Parts: sequence; C-alpha cells; structure tokens
Amino acid sequence: MSAYSITEPSRRQKWIAGTLVILYALITMAPLAWIFLTGFKSPPDSISYPPKVVFTPTLEGYVNLFTTRSRQTREYLDSLGPARTWYEEIVRKREMVIAGPSKFGERFKNSVIIGFGSTFLSVFLGTLAAYGFSRFKVPLKDDLMFFILSTRMMPPIAVAIPIFLMYRSLGLSDTHLGMILLYTAVNISLAVWLLKGFIDEIPIEYEEAALIDGYTRLQAFYKVVLPQAATGIASTAIFCLIFAWNEYAFALLLTSGTAQTAPPFIPTIIGEGGLDWPAVAAGATLFLLPVLVFTILLRKHLLRGITFGAVRK
Amino acid sequence: MAEVRLEAVTRRFGKVTAVDGVSLTVPDGSFVVLLGPTGAGKTTTLRLVAGLERADAGRIRIAGHDVSDWPPARRDVAMVFQQYSLYPHLSVRDNLAFPLRSPLRRLGAGEIDRVVGEVAEMLHISHKLDNRATQLSGGEMQRVSIGRALVRRPAVYLMDEPLSSLDAKLRAELRIELKRIQAELGATMLYVTHDQIEAMTMATHVGVLREGALVQFGSPREVYEDPDSVYVATRLGQPRINVAPSHLFPALDLPPGASLIGLRPEHIEVGGNAPNPVKARVGRIEHMGDQTRMHLLVNGASLVTLTDPHTRMQPGEEVPIAAVAPLFFDGDGRRIRRSGSMP
Repeated sequence: MSAYSITEPSRRQKWIAGTLVILYALITMAPLAWIFLTGFKSPPDSISYPPKVVFTPTLEGYVNLFTTRSRQTREYLDSLGPARTWYEEIVRKREMVIAGPSKFGERFKNSVIIGFGSTFLSVFLGTLAAYGFSRFKVPLKDDLMFFILSTRMMPPIAVAIPIFLMYRSLGLSDTHLGMILLYTAVNISLAVWLLKGFIDEIPIEYEEAALIDGYTRLQAFYKVVLPQAATGIASTAIFCLIFAWNEYAFALLLTSGTAQTAPPFIPTIIGEGGLDWPAVAAGATLFLLPVLVFTILLRKHLLRGITFGAVRK
Repeated sequence: MAEVRLEAVTRRFGKVTAVDGVSLTVPDGSFVVLLGPTGAGKTTTLRLVAGLERADAGRIRIAGHDVSDWPPARRDVAMVFQQYSLYPHLSVRDNLAFPLRSPLRRLGAGEIDRVVGEVAEMLHISHKLDNRATQLSGGEMQRVSIGRALVRRPAVYLMDEPLSSLDAKLRAELRIELKRIQAELGATMLYVTHDQIEAMTMATHVGVLREGALVQFGSPREVYEDPDSVYVATRLGQPRINVAPSHLFPALDLPPGASLIGLRPEHIEVGGNAPNPVKARVGRIEHMGDQTRMHLLVNGASLVTLTDPHTRMQPGEEVPIAAVAPLFFDGDGRRIRRSGSMP
C-alpha cells in the first residue's frame, strides 16, 4: 500500500534514489564517524598531519575523559611497582598516575537529570494544556495560543542577562531545578503547539463514547486519548530532549559546578599542551548515546497509522 | 429499562436552535424512531439524552430522575454513534469489554468474557475478537459498535443511524436482530434513522422533527396514514407522497380551504375502472427490482405511482386515473381533516 505514488517507481528510479540516499548518509555520517574514531586514537595520532585513518586503537581517550592525572618522575613511578589495572597501565605509559576521577561522570548525570526532567515536565504540561486548548472552550483561545507561540519568537539567549540576574536573586543559579524550569519554559511552547495538532486529530467521538461507557473525563483522557496521542507525545519528547540535551549557551552562563551539564564541560577537557582531542571525542561519543537510545526506544511510537480508519469521516 | 421524558428541551448553538422546545415521552420498553432531514435536530436530541450536550432550557428525566445535570456516565445510557467510534488502539474484544470494565461496574473477568462472547456470537464477529479494531471492514466495525452498546443493560439505548453504513443484507439481518433484542429485553430504545423500512418495521412510536421542533408523534401507521402536514407525509413512503394542486382532480369533493392534495402511490388508481377519471400520459417507467415506478403527467403535474412489473403500458400512452382517498392540505401544507367519515 503506497499513499504517495500511484505508479511503482522503475528500477532505474529506485537505483538513483538509493544512490542519493546512501551518498547523503555518508556525508552526514562522516563527521560522526570521525568523532567516534578519534575517541580511540592516541593524542599524537589525533593531531597528526596528514590525518591518520588507519591507527592502533587505544582507550586512552576514555581513560583521560574519566580521570584526572598528574605527571610523576620516573623514580617515583618505579617505586610504585607494577600497575594494578589496565587503565593505570595506560596512564603510566605517559609517565603519569591517576589522581582521581574527573568531573565528566557528574556532568553527564546532570545532563541526564536536567534533560530528561525538563522533557518530562514539558511533555506533561504540554499534553494537559494542548488537551484543554483542543477540547474546551477557552476564553481568548487563539490569543493565548499565539502568546504561547510568541515566547519563542525571540532567541532565548537574547534574554540571557535578565534571566541571569533573576536566577541569581532567586537562588536558582547552578541548580538542577533552575535548569529544568528554564528548559521547560523554552520547550513548552513547542510542546503545546505540536501536541495540540496531534490531539486535534483524535476524533472527539472516542471520548464521548468513553464518557457514555461509564468513564469520567479524566479516565477517558487516560484510557482513550493518551494511547492515541502516543505518536505525538513521543515525537514531542524527542524534540524537547534534543533541545535540552544539546543546550550550550545557558548552561555555560548559569551553571558552573553543581548543575553543570556536559556540553559546557566537554570542551574544557584540557590535556597537556592543549586540548585532549581523544578525550573530547570520547566525551562527545558518549554524549550522543542517550538521545540515540531514547529515539530508538520511542521509534515504534513514531510510526503513524495505528489510529487511521476507525472513525468514518 | 426505563422511561425517558423530555420536557420542553431546547438546545441552541450560537444563533441556531438545534432542538426547540421538544417534549417527548419514550415509554418504558418502547422503540421510538426519530425522523427528519439532516439538521432537524435528531442527533442533538440523542446527545441531550446521553448527556453529551446540556440543554439550554427544559428538563430530561430518565426513570423518573431528573438527569439534566448528570454527567453521561451516571445517566446509564448506551449509545451507538453514526460514526462507529471504535477505540483504534484496542482489539475487538477489548472494545466490547470497555464499557464493562468501567470503574462504575465492578464485573469479574469471567462475567465480562461471557457477556462479550454472547454479544460477539449474536453479531457474527466471534472470529474477529482478537483483531485490532482498525483491521475490520466497515460493516464489522459497525457491528462491534452496536455490540459495545448491547453488552450493557442500560436504562435506554440511543442509536444514531446504526445501520446506515451496512450493506442491504446485513442491514436486514441486524434490523430483525435489533428488534428481537429490544423486544426480548423489553429495552427502551431511542433510534434515529432515515430509513423508512427501519422506521415502519421496528418502531412502536415515530417522532417527526422539523427544524428542531417535534411536529408529530404517534405509531408508524398513524404517522404514515394520518400525517398532520405535508412535511410529515413526505417523511415516510417510497416513492414519496405526490403533492399536487387540489384542482387536478375536478371530481373530488374538497373540504373548505384545501389547496393541495397528497396522493400516495396507492391513492392513485390507474385504468378503466376508476371513478370520474382524468386523463394522464404515461412518462417514464422505472424498473427498480423490488418495485416498478410509473411517472404520470396530468395537466402539467407529475405524479409517481407503482405498477405491476410486467405492465403492458408504454411511455406516451394515455390512461385514465383517479384519486382514491387523498389527503388534503391547506396552502401552508397543514392537513385539513374532514369531520366525520373519510371521503
């Protein structure tokens, strides 16, 4: 069943289309592949010219990402005896010892808390607001919807200074709650607009049927509307997460310690004599994973079509 | 089962009055059919009883309780929508069980299975119970939709053209089945349809709506044989009642004020035996299978009657016709009844 083309494309058309898709995929994947590979290079390999495509892989980047190290004299290193772990051995080769864990783990955890927290809050509030706007008579509905949209008309960073001052006086600077609220405020307009579109498409007959079948409005919302809005909720959640996860400017401005997220942290990983590129690449690779996993998990909800055809139009 | 009373119920949508002071009693155990063209307020009336709409004026009583301010769930009604609104994310079985799983009814899983099985059997959808609702054909969906109402024993069943999307065979089957269920359960039913056969065969009472107002209420035979107006007369009858100027048949003894006559096909007698005949020319003859319609031209007026499928009459032929027991209406379409015996 094809809703888009009336005739089956010819072999040649398929071949051309396939080639273009593969070419496009190669172009977009190349930088990601380079980051991924750089994460497994040694620091000299990572900055060698011409760039090395074939190299001996090492976990040094990942070790450096998760640890802080200090340079020691050879005598001191010899006095320590043989390295007890594989990562210590990697560090020893550079004449260093591990001084302790780096802050990456903590920053990553902050990203997860703030990213998923604000995504949940945006989608939760957005779904309720969108349902209200979609189903009830709200006074000044159109104006309110426009107001909600208008909050995104200015780049958020334009109000960075007022927000910075506000957060400082409210004690929200460098807190998880502050960052969650901020990202939710930015995402909520997107969530309300996207979800209202999805909920508008769910015929009201389902809820009416449920009301008559003996359910309250809230039960009908939960049992009938939510399952059918799953597609919209999943895609909205992905959009919200991607924004909150990747946000850099506010994170740089408003967080420094407790609540700092990974984006402002990763570029500050300094090795000896400049940026430690393998560690930065390792951090970037790990940083990509949660959004990737989240998207794959929600993938089945992104496929439309489950609601089509059960109400005769 | 219970009696449903509407007391001067009015519902407006902006400037449009969808239901206009309707007072109607659906007696306990009766099958009331609402007739009327699109926009006459039939569906709105059902929705008012269901609680999906609030009346702007008037009260609604179910089983003696004033339910006007009750939410739908509390009114204990079941409704079949014209647009079969099956829950697309659920299987057929879960769709049928949905009303039984409401927190209002605490039925055991075994009991739910039994009822769902029975209803599925009755509607010939047992083999589809585990399908997703969206994998059904239109007729199957509508049967599930009816089944979702039948799993319950509510105070009143509300049905909004439930059979309109089915093919002729299934419609005939379900018509009989619905009537049987209604009679067996002694169920109270408020039913909207356009279909004359459904109205005539299933209804114990017919209510005719016009622009939101109830213009006549009575048994199907009363409404068919003794309509109060041209409007009501045209609601029932296939082909429709012929409405012609009263002077078309000069021999008729007209009551005072009669300016229109209504002739159902059976009111037109064709052929030599007709008393005081007028001349008519045969127009088209339509063979429709179950009936054969003959169009007649009389003094510029066009009448439709039924004839024998093997009629020898040919288009263009002249035949004598007469009006037998026609209905009389005044210029505004109001019925004029002759006091005393029928003419």
